[in-house]
Amino acid sequence: MPEILDQARTRVLENGVGLDEAGILAVLNLPDEHLPAALQLAHEVRMRWCGPEVEVEGIVSLKTGGCPEDCHFCSQSGLFTSPVRSVWLDIPALVEAAKQTAATGATEFCIVAAVRGPDARLMTQMRAGVAAIREAVDIQVAASLGMLTQEQVDELAAMGVHRYNHNLETCRSYFPNVVTTHSWEERWETLRMVRESGMEVCCGGILGLGETVEQRAEFAAQLAELDPHEVPLNFLNPRPGTPLGDRPVVEGKDALRAIAAFRLAMPRTILRYAGGRELTLGDLGTRDGLLGGINAVIVGNYLTTLGRPATDDLQLLTDLKMPVKALSATL
Amino acid sequence: MTKLVRPDAPAGDADVGNRAGTADDAGAVTRWCDRCGESVAAGPHPACAAARVWEPPRWCASCRRRMKVQVVPAGWSAVCVEHGERRG
Ligand code: SF4
Ligand SMILES: [Zn+2]
Ligand SMILES: [Zn+2]
Repeated sequence: MPEILDQARTRVLENGVGLDEAGILAVLNLPDEHLPAALQLAHEVRMRWCGPEVEVEGIVSLKTGGCPEDCHFCSQSGLFTSPVRSVWLDIPALVEAAKQTAATGATEFCIVAAVRGPDARLMTQMRAGVAAIREAVDIQVAASLGMLTQEQVDELAAMGVHRYNHNLETCRSYFPNVVTTHSWEERWETLRMVRESGMEVCCGGILGLGETVEQRAEFAAQLAELDPHEVPLNFLNPRPGTPLGDRPVVEGKDALRAIAAFRLAMPRTILRYAGGRELTLGDLGTRDGLLGGINAVIVGNYLTTLGRPATDDLQLLTDLKMPVKALSATL
Repeated sequence: MTKLVRPDAPAGDADVGNRAGTADDAGAVTRWCDRCGESVAAGPHPACAAARVWEPPRWCASCRRRMKVQVVPAGWSAVCVEHGERRG
């Protein structure tokens, strides 16, 4: 048993204290033969500090494409030659998407917009959309609308948005290689305001943007410092027309090492499978991650790409004897 | 795995939309790859067809217009102003 896993057993599993950056890096550098032990330990940590429930979420794009920002992985930036066109979802279709999501047993529905931050039109649409969903569907509403002002934070909280997603995407030292139109610190500032408002903080990122293993460890440590309620973990799905469109997908074993490392860095967080797992991990790897620290999934399609059918993921959870978290447990 | 079948297509006809110069079931001719927007005159694009399992179409296969595409948790729709809507 590698020394780092022995240390993690005491520090993380028994005491509930996440690994520091050096410890995270040691896990990310474990040779393949120790990966099963790392995943097993991460799974035990998840079961001990989070329990067996899996939080299920659906996401939908309220405003797609035409974003003025230049996140190099993103097909929705209006600055690249991506074929994604700008389009808005109307309120009846938004409510229908929330109903479809609730029908899977999901407790979370996240409304996403491709913007730097909300303008008056988007806030108006959000007010109408959140009210219509709350009226018609039994599900918690989350939002991801980019950088916020204090006023917008307060307004979203007042609407009943219970969780706000704003990904740091990658570590602070690598961020300028991925985004030049705004800073990591600006994102951090929105997260600080969200936290203070009482909304739950959802913050994760994408692996495979060209960061080094050291930077992956740096990112996990920075997320641990933020201590978000939820961390969505994406693996790059290289999008045609974007600056990162030719990058290779993350290797499956590296993705699993990262899942274990992120869990050992943040024993209590909701660690969610988000985009890219279909390409990086496939069916078998998806199962391995759920037995290696993951305790939440986005089911169904993503914002501009498609996911596994919700029924496949739900069947997998049944096979693994992992109950879907009920709405009563989240309120 | 998501099976993307065009609602108006015969069962088993994968909706990759890049058969060279063939008429589809609505009678429109498929000239362009609906993933990359390039010609399929020389034959279909296997890499695009594989990628399309996890993506909706982006280009109209008949006229090469970029379509307005909306993805929702349980499906997608893609609209060409000239050739109408496709759903999956
Ligand atoms: S801000 Fe969001 S939608 Fe805009 S380019 Fe960046 S990731 Fe894409
Ligand atoms: Zn093609
Ligand atoms: Zn057309």
